[in-house]
Amino acid sequence: MYEEKNEALKAAEKQEYKDLVNRVKPKPPLLVNCLWAFGVGGLICLIGQLFLNYLLNIGMNKADAGSATAVIMIFIGALLTGLGVYDKIGEKAGAGSIVPITGFANVIVASAMEFKKEGYIFGVGARIFSIAGPTLLFGFVASVLIGLVALIIK
Amino acid sequence: MTTFKKTGMQTINFDNPPVITSWACLVGPKEGEGPWAKDFDRILADYLFDEDSWEKAENKLLRETVKLALTKQDLQTMEAELLLAGDLLNQTISSNYAARELNIPYLGLYGACSTMAESLLIGAMMIDGGFFNRVVSATCSHHYSAERQFRFPVEQGVQLAASAQWTATAAGAIVLQVKGQGPRVTCATIGRVIDMGVDDTNNMGAAMAPAAVSTIKAHFADKGLNSDYYDLIVTGDLGAVGMNLAKELFVQEGLVPAPNYSDCGVLLYDGLQGVNAGGSGCGCSASMLCGPLLKKMINGELNRLLFVATGALMSPTASFQGETIPGIAHAVAIENA
Repeated sequence: MYEEKNEALKAAEKQEYKDLVNRVKPKPPLLVNCLWAFGVGGLICLIGQLFLNYLLNIGMNKADAGSATAVIMIFIGALLTGLGVYDKIGEKAGAGSIVPITGFANVIVASAMEFKKEGYIFGVGARIFSIAGPTLLFGFVASVLIGLVALIIK
Repeated sequence: MTTFKKTGMQTINFDNPPVITSWACLVGPKEGEGPWAKDFDRILADYLFDEDSWEKAENKLLRETVKLALTKQDLQTMEAELLLAGDLLNQTISSNYAARELNIPYLGLYGACSTMAESLLIGAMMIDGGFFNRVVSATCSHHYSAERQFRFPVEQGVQLAASAQWTATAAGAIVLQVKGQGPRVTCATIGRVIDMGVDDTNNMGAAMAPAAVSTIKAHFADKGLNSDYYDLIVTGDLGAVGMNLAKELFVQEGLVPAPNYSDCGVLLYDGLQGVNAGGSGCGCSASMLCGPLLKKMINGELNRLLFVATGALMSPTASFQGETIPGIAHAVAIENA
């Protein structure tokens, strides 16, 4: 009985503190952040679209041009990460630079650079996908499931 | 018959207060751009410190700081009888490897960012207890080694929360002796681990503030002092968010340390340095103490200082398993004779 009361009191204290923290904690500048994310994310997509249009114009078919554009954008993301620019963009743009395919390149290259000091096997090899791993795993699982569904429907 | 030096619940008094005879602090480039540049012994030109990894740079940072603190008293490294040190990295590698190079008998500590106070109070006990004549208390942190262990790869583009803090690249070392010139460590309060259920790893200040207030409250209760006894009460690395929370909690607890209350995390950087809520890491409070604060004590600008280093006992493993972040704080009273 006494213990129960103690627990309840503690929970109430924690709730009270949580409310205080939420009151004191600075609010993120939501509108500014959204504008940055929209602007930078949009710009990355625009650059991708320009490459796609160019490749289509020089006579590539749609599937090949799409793949080539993805390769180019991944290269740009990786290069900017290596040059130490992408993290500066990410500081401002947030999801605007994380969600596009360049962001995917960023997390893989950043991990590779970070863990190179531990060698190529236990460093780069083992940890290159430490951030991107979940995206890859669940991406593969989803593609298998969708493939199965497509097979059954057919 | 043994006389007990403990007073109240958590506080210990030093009958023969150990003397802080010399100290040193080295800081990174960013800390050197802050408001206290002239108070630090040395500002590093870059984060690697002529090493090839952040971890090795951190170890060298600590090693050089300890050496510098001893040199100021014309002491050889081997004349130090005991090294008490700790840092943030797994297995406290910076301190272990620094101790390997320094070859001083060594006790490794982990108190997260509260390590400066922890090592100082244990060192003072060792000396007051008559076990040693000369002890070095030290700690360090490195921004990039901490980032990669606790957060993300350095080059990853992430946006930090406004409540997040910047781990300082800095080290501080203090030489404690039985006799000598300098401020004395008069008493200390050992903190409890306090967990108020904060689970946001981007808001460590909120996780630590209740621990800081608990320790300060215990200190004044144990000593029976008024809160205006100290010229300055300074917490370790609560940052802007944690400091505001601490001020609210002081009011709730009926303590009034303001206006002589501040926080090293808030003081270490300029607001314009892009550090969000302020500094953190073992080196944050260590460099403020071994830089500007002890200098002010020597100048007589401060005569009584209560140094309350705060630590968030956060582990990424525990956090991923849904655990909340416990906080701890230890208080050390430093007074001019």
